[in-house]
Order: sequence, then C-alpha cells, then structure tokens
Amino acid sequence: MQNVTKNHAELATEFNKDEERVDWHDETLWWVRQKRDKAAHQLPEWEYLRDTASKIKENVLSNLSGYLQQFEENAEKNGVIVHWAADAAAHNKIVVDLLTANGITKMVKSKSMLTEECHLNEYMENNGLEVIDSDLGERIVQLAKEPPSHIVLPCIHKKKEEIGDLFHVHLGTPEGNADPQLLTEAARQHLRDTFLTRRAALTGVNFAVAETGEFVICTNEGNADMGAHLADIHIASMGIEKIIPERKHLGVFLRLLTRSATGQPITTYSSHFRRPRSGKKIHLIIVDNGRSKQLGREDFRNSLKCIRCGACMNTCPVYRRSGGHSYHSAIAGPIGSILTPNLDMEKYSDLPFASTLCGSCSNVCPVKIDIHQQLYKWRQVIVKNGYTPKSKTVAMKMMSFTLSSPSAYHAGGKVGRWVLKYAPFAINNKLNPWYKQRDMPQPPNASFGEWYAKNRKE
Amino acid sequence: MNIGLFIPCYVDQFYPGAAIATLQLLEKLGVNVKYPKNQTCCGQPMANSGYEHLNGDCNELFIKNFEQFDYVVAPSGSCVLHVKEHLHSSKHPQEASVISNKVYELSSFLTDVLKVESLPAKFPHKVGVHQSCHGQRGLHLSQMSELVADPFSKPGTLLNMVEGIEIVPLNRIDECCGFGGTFCVAEEAVSAKMGQDRVADHLIHGAEYITGVDMSCLMHMEGILHRRGSKVKVLHLAEILNAG
Amino acid sequence: MTERDKILAAIRANQPVLSPLPEIKFNKVDDDSITDKFIKTLTTIGGKVVCASKNDDIFTYISSVTITDQRILNMTDLADLKSLQSDTALPHSLQNVELAVIKGHFGVAENGAIWVTEELIGERVLPFISQNLVVVLNVNDLVDNMHEAYEKIDHAGYSFGTFIAGPSKTADIEQSLVVGAHGARSMTVFLIE
Ligand code: SF4
Repeated sequence: MQNVTKNHAELATEFNKDEERVDWHDETLWWVRQKRDKAAHQLPEWEYLRDTASKIKENVLSNLSGYLQQFEENAEKNGVIVHWAADAAAHNKIVVDLLTANGITKMVKSKSMLTEECHLNEYMENNGLEVIDSDLGERIVQLAKEPPSHIVLPCIHKKKEEIGDLFHVHLGTPEGNADPQLLTEAARQHLRDTFLTRRAALTGVNFAVAETGEFVICTNEGNADMGAHLADIHIASMGIEKIIPERKHLGVFLRLLTRSATGQPITTYSSHFRRPRSGKKIHLIIVDNGRSKQLGREDFRNSLKCIRCGACMNTCPVYRRSGGHSYHSAIAGPIGSILTPNLDMEKYSDLPFASTLCGSCSNVCPVKIDIHQQLYKWRQVIVKNGYTPKSKTVAMKMMSFTLSSPSAYHAGGKVGRWVLKYAPFAINNKLNPWYKQRDMPQPPNASFGEWYAKNRKE
Repeated sequence: MNIGLFIPCYVDQFYPGAAIATLQLLEKLGVNVKYPKNQTCCGQPMANSGYEHLNGDCNELFIKNFEQFDYVVAPSGSCVLHVKEHLHSSKHPQEASVISNKVYELSSFLTDVLKVESLPAKFPHKVGVHQSCHGQRGLHLSQMSELVADPFSKPGTLLNMVEGIEIVPLNRIDECCGFGGTFCVAEEAVSAKMGQDRVADHLIHGAEYITGVDMSCLMHMEGILHRRGSKVKVLHLAEILNAG
Repeated sequence: MTERDKILAAIRANQPVLSPLPEIKFNKVDDDSITDKFIKTLTTIGGKVVCASKNDDIFTYISSVTITDQRILNMTDLADLKSLQSDTALPHSLQNVELAVIKGHFGVAENGAIWVTEELIGERVLPFISQNLVVVLNVNDLVDNMHEAYEKIDHAGYSFGTFIAGPSKTADIEQSLVVGAHGARSMTVFLIE
C-alpha cells in the first residue's frame, strides 16, 4: 500500500473544502494559459516550432551519452569544473563538500527544480549550512516552510494577504499590508544584502549546449545573475536531459519556453555562461537521479524532453482545481505524474490516475510530449506491478466478465443496468461517491437493445 | 453500404433515446443500419483504470460483432477513440486493425463519409455545445483551442444545419467536464467541481440544452444540473439532429 | 568504474537508436517593419525606446531623468558622458550605481531582447545590479527573430553573454506584475539612426 499518508484524491478533497480558493486558483492559472494562447497565436509557425523542438530533443535522447561527453569536454576547455552525480544523495554531497572545502556556510540559490527534486535545502540545513532561495516565489514558500506548488510559479497557491503576513513576521513589512509592489520591494532589499554577502551561488540550468560547452539560465527577476556574478563559486546543477546539440538550437527553445510558460515573448534575462569570471570558479553538476532509467522505458522516455515550462500545469483542469501540493511530489501536475512513478512507483502510484485524460497537456507542451498517453500507459504498468487496491482489481474482473459475455450482460434484462449502476461509478466504494454532488440518471423502462428487438424485426 | 451500429453499454442501459435517435437519423439518411444484438462494451472502463489486460474477451466479442460491416458507427467519441487506439487481438490481429480503421463517431461519419450537407431538423432553442475531450482532442472532431491552427467543428457544422437553433458562446470553449471514467468517483471532489464549473459556463450564457457527442460527459453534467434543480436538459447531438 | 562512467554506461545502454537532427527553417525579415516591431515589443514588456539622431539627444535625455548626485557608470564610448571610475576589482562596489549606460550588439524585434556580452559591460553583474539601465543600439542592428539572432552570434567566442529584454520583473505574488525584482528597475533603449 502507499507509504505516503494521503493520496492525490484525499489531498484534493481537502483543497476543495474552500471553494472560493479553488475558484481563485483556477482563474489565476487559466489566465496564464490564456496569455500563453495569445503569445502562441502571434507566431504562425508555432506548431512547426513545437515539432522542431520535439525532434531536436528526440535526437538528443538518441545520442545523449555522446552529447554529454562532448559537452563535458567543451565545458572543461572553457575552464568549468564538471562533476557527475548518480542520484540526489550524490548531488547534495558534492554541493556540501564544495562549500565545506571553501569554508563557506551560507549560499544563495536561484530556482532549480532539480534541487527541489534532490531535497537539497533540507540536506544543507541538516549539515548546518544556510541556503536562501532568491527567486521571489521560492523565497516566499521557503519562509512558509512549504515546498513550491508549481515549477514556474512556486507560490501560486498563496494569496497576497498570506504573503503579507509572512513578510511582516520575517522581513518586518507593515502589518496587514499585502500590496505586491511593497512586498516585492521588501524582498528586493532583503535579497540584495544576501547577494552581496554570499560567496557561493547555486543556479539551475535551462539548456546546456554540447557544441560550445556553455549553459543558459533564464529568469525574469535577474536573481540567477545577481547570485552568480557576485559569488566566488557558482555551482550549476543540471539533469542529464538539459543538453541541446548546438547553439543555434537555442533559437528554437528560447522562442518556445517563455511563451509557453507565461505568455511573455522571452524571459527578461537569458544568460549564457561559457567561462568563469577571472579568478572565480564555475562548478557544474550533471545529475542522473533516475533519468537514465526513464530513458530505458520506451513508453516514457519522451518525458525527458521536458523543458519545465509549466504549461501543462496551467492548462490542466485537475491541477487548477486540486493545487500543486496535492501531487505530494517536487514536480506537480501532468508532467510530475509521468516523471515521478519512475522514481518511486508505489509512492506515486496515485498520480497517473489524477487525470481525466483530456489531453490538453499534450497540446500545449512545447516539445510535444504525449503526456496523456503516458498517463494511460503508467496506469497499465502500475496495475501490473500490483500497486492498486485488491478490491479494485476484483471489481474490474467482475465488470470485465459481465461485459465480455452477452448472456451475463443481458441476463434477466436488468442485470446489465444493475452492473452499470454500481460500476464503474461505484467501484470499491461502499457509499457511492457519485451521489455526493450528482444525481444518477433515471433508469429507462427498456434498454436500447430491448427497444430494438421490439421495433426492428429482422 | 452496411453499417454496424455500436451502442456503448451505458447508452444502451441509460440513454436509449440517444441510441434510437442515432439509428433513426442514419436510416433517414438512407443507409442500411444493423444493431448486432450481442454487443456489450468496448472495454474502455477497464482500460482507463489500468486493466487493459483484462480486455481480451471483450475485444474478441467486439470483433465478432462488427467485423462483417463496411463501417461501424457509434454515438460516442470516447468509445470510438478507445476502439481506434486500443482494440487488439492476438487471435485476429488483422480484423482488429481493420475495425479500428472503419469505426466512426457519429458526427464525423456524417460529415466525412456521408458528406451530409443538409438535414431536415428543427430545434428552436438555445444550445450549449460541450466538446467532449476524447472526441475533440482524440478524434479531432473540432479544432482544439491549444493549437495554432484553423478552426473547424464537425458537430458544429451539423448543428448549423438545424433550423432555429441558437448556439450559445462559452467562456472556455473546450475545457474538460471532469467525468473521466472512474475518475468521477475516484477523484470525486475534483470531478464534481469540474462538472459544476462547466455547467455554470453554459448556464450563464443562457443555454436551455447542453449537447455533445458523448453521453458520459452529459450524464455527469445532467447529474449536476438535476441536483441543483435546474431546468436545463442534456441531449445527445443525435437527438438534436434528429429533432423536428 | 567512476560515477561518471557508470552514468554514461547506463545512458548508452538505454538510449534509443539514433534519430536525425531536424533542419531549422525560418523566414528572414529584413525591412523597416522590424524597427516598429522592436519598439512595440520592448514597450509592451516594460522597456522604453527613444529614437535618437545624435548623441546629444542621449545626454539631454539622461540629464532630464537623473538627479544630480546620482551615480552613472558609462561603458560606451560617449566620451562626454560623466562616469564613475570603476575603481575597485570587486563587482560588489557596483551596488550603488544608479544608472549604467552600455552598448548592445543587436536587438531582436520579436521579443525586444538585446544581446550583450562581457566585453560591453566590464563586470558581468553591471546590467543586473544597476538600479537603471540604458542601452545604446544602432537602429541598423536589429534582427527579426531568435533564429537570425543566433545566426548573427554564430560561433562568437564570448565568455558570458545575455539577452536582456526589459526591466527585471516578477509576478510571483498573485500574478500581479511588479517591475524591479532583483535586477534593473528600468531599461531605456536609445535607437541611434
Ligand atoms: S511537459 Fe511540456 S508542457 Fe509540461 S512542463 Fe514540460 S515542457 Fe512544459
């Protein structure tokens, strides 16, 4: 059974207790989806770009080992120090060892979903090291001691009043003031001090170019640059799948990334790091953490094309109404639901079922990952591996038997109706949840089959 | 042209009116339709729950029932999509793939195969059209709002042939209703909320009827309308195209 | 085997058969329309564009928006523009810069971004840490889209380069847009004819 205390459905039920908040969450993210639509529709070549991006990533995955070596060689030529980490623990250890070796106890970090996946902050704190997240949204959830609920908009679940309260307690802003302008300014001042006093800065990586050994980081706030350019040591963490073959391919991905994410034509800053500043160091950590395993899963390897734009979350009608935390994983939403079962199939066995398979995610995805098809396929894998409740399996077998046999289906004329009345809608439930907020259809006097037998003589 | 009428299990049992309308509409258009009486289900409820491997017998039955027809037509985008994508058979692989190619959802059969250009239908009401996801995103019955591509709609083209009908606009033209098969009970809270939001969009735009190509979505929305005591009704597309 | 070799071996064992790299096709746009497009786009994302015919226009503009005791760091060859001496090796000393004036290599019309490399800014942190940013750009140095941008960058050997598109911003609080997150609070581009 599950070793997490609550699954997606239970956490989503809690989220839905406050309908006003659900509506607000849904509307806010829908607005982002609409901005994405508007930006996409300004480019007649949009679908061509998606197709090209998907094909470039296809090529990357098919020659990943080669590109990684090429990238490593060029990065080292550029004076970047390259590290390899097989898993989260190895990654975290590299970071902490680097800091310790340099006598550094405090680090500033810009947004990196990989470090969320590795639970770096926790690990550092356990080792007596301080880390401050510099992305505004991430700083907010860090102060609230919560994980991000969205990969691009980390505190999208929080209302400004809650942020005002947090900032009042931690940054001394006036009590009861929830003006985004004022709160952002307070964070700017607070984090300027941080940037100016940290000797180490960690950033994520959006794209790593095999051909040149450079890597690109995209932010709107400028926090990655502020951290990296003021620190003695810049640590950049990247998953193995961040590679792209050539510099010119950045043209394709930078056109797609931010339009898909927020509807902006590009992030404010797209910084290309090739060599360290003179006298300073860049350490680059290349992390596997289950990715090579996912690469071997034919049905699921395309999930590694993801460029973390978050569009699939914004469009997902389930995500919008259940909140990022209901996915109880570092990466929420549709993409999280196809990535996480690879890491821990039992713990995340609920996630591929947290979808209606509507397919909107696959349509917005800038690299054309067949997300909803993979959700369907994960369901099959999870059932075959036995991570579903026994009662569900029994009910499914009964239903399958009835639906495979015309005589069982038609027996007594009413059995079929009886079966359908209690399944699939009531499988594995003593109290049929359908009835909670919905009525069942009125059973007609006769089925179509019965009507046909009477009215169309052969 | 011999048409095999495939009526999904829950339509057979709960919405015979939609099935009758489909049959009568096809007959009106002069095609030879037959309903194989031993049919049950396409197997989708099991498959979407992760139990596709239990569908062997269900698939064989489906093949046996429908292999002799020129086309198989069903008033359900979702079931047709399932047959197209997942019907397979180790015993009859050839037959299975032939069926996958000749199975049609009703509206696309009318527009693409019969190339219907007019209908003798009359329905003087305000109607909201629900784009069921499997029909729309799976079978491409209508253009999808996510894509940068020219708009079109097969059900819309047909509804425009109906005299007196007024299609109401919607704020979110193709958002999922939240039915999702077993999702509707496994994720009751989100499913019901999605349904309520979808219904509300139709209601604020003054729809008297909500129609679509999938009775399952409509059943879900009907359940919500009914619980709220709303007078608004759901009707399968076939029932409107066959009206008057 | 080292960790590196193990990872690479696992990848090699699991990667699918080689699939080809696609060509990138795009339309080049090279007419007057791209100037308007650039101005419109950059303005939409919070930047300001001033069309200037001569350097005097820049000085006039800067003196009209600046207060007397403010700190300007001029990285351009506009010799008449007063400038701080970048007196220390520490980039941290730039924290008091109110206005940085830099040159850009070229601008991109589709997104309002300007390509800048380390040679043009001295310290990498300058355009981020400065409270306000002025970029001087020749009106002929505009391209339509990012494909053309990378064609132009080609195999340039910069150590650090960045596209800057407007002022620093965030919408992390309830999606309300706030300009001036961590980087420059404003970006003004002088398009020199
Ligand atoms: S799966 Fe696609 S849409 Fe979702 S975050 Fe990744 S790239 Fe974006």
